Amino acid sequence: MTLWWIGDAVLLVVILPVVVYLLRGVLNAARSVVPSVREIAKVAAAGSKDLDAAALLLTTQDQVTKTVAGVANYGGSLDVILDDAQ
Amino acid sequence: MPAVAIVMILAVLLIVLALVFYLVSTILALRQITTGLDEVIAGVSEIVTKSAPVNDVVTTINQQLDAGVDLLEGLLVKKAGMSDAVGLVDGLYAGAAAAGLRNFPESLTVHAPRIAEVYTKGTLTLARLGREAPIAAASPEGVVLRNVEGGSLAARSLYPDVRHTSPEKLPRSPVIGTNAPIQYEQRDDIGEPRKRLPGRTAVATPPEHPSDEPPDLTIRWNRSA
Repeated sequence: MTLWWIGDAVLLVVILPVVVYLLRGVLNAARSVVPSVREIAKVAAAGSKDLDAAALLLTTQDQVTKTVAGVANYGGSLDVILDDAQ
Repeated sequence: MPAVAIVMILAVLLIVLALVFYLVSTILALRQITTGLDEVIAGVSEIVTKSAPVNDVVTTINQQLDAGVDLLEGLLVKKAGMSDAVGLVDGLYAGAAAAGLRNFPESLTVHAPRIAEVYTKGTLTLARLGREAPIAAASPEGVVLRNVEGGSLAARSLYPDVRHTSPEKLPRSPVIGTNAPIQYEQRDDIGEPRKRLPGRTAVATPPEHPSDEPPDLTIRWNRSA
């Protein structure tokens, strides 16, 4: 009978606090991750929004191609107009 | 039922309740994390999708700009010469001569003259185009800015004839000094006393006596008005 009481005491005084302590630690860790994930989600959404202008790079590419072609034509004309350095 | 058994059951029941409470709370937190990660994955997927063509496009743009820079650098060196080209670039961007021109490694050894001030605005614009390309060509297919065929002759007519006909060898300036090929004789009277005093005029009056008398060789001085 004494051993039963000792077992009960161990359950209530040792096992139950240890279980509660461990589970509380896991819960706190899980809850601390939630705000971080939400911030990461906001940043990812903002980064995606910032890249909306990336599509305009195709226009920039086209403009650069045309501009360099114009510069090449202009340089060719200058090559004809100006004398070479001695 | 003995009391010890009831206490045992209560203890186990408390442990099970603690497990249920905390595990359910953990499950809810993990579900929130899963929802947040889904949003993150969606945002990152958009980033990956939108940035996928950036590499190719930027590479193409850089190739085009490199070609433009090569063209303008080559034109500048061809027309202005290496020394003037480096000096011009250094005049526009102080210290740029240390980096040299990309396609001309010999430009690193060229001493950059200070020539930026004497170049016209058009030349500076030309050089500036080659360095950072602030190209303002709104319409490359527009009207011709300059008459290519007549422009050169019109500009050359502004200069003296001896310049634009470009003779092979102009007459050289005379060489002076001790090593000059032509040495002039030194005057002997340099350093000697003056033969005439300044401010007076010497007039030799002829003698008034007949010619049978000996001539009076005395020189008489008359102070002139």
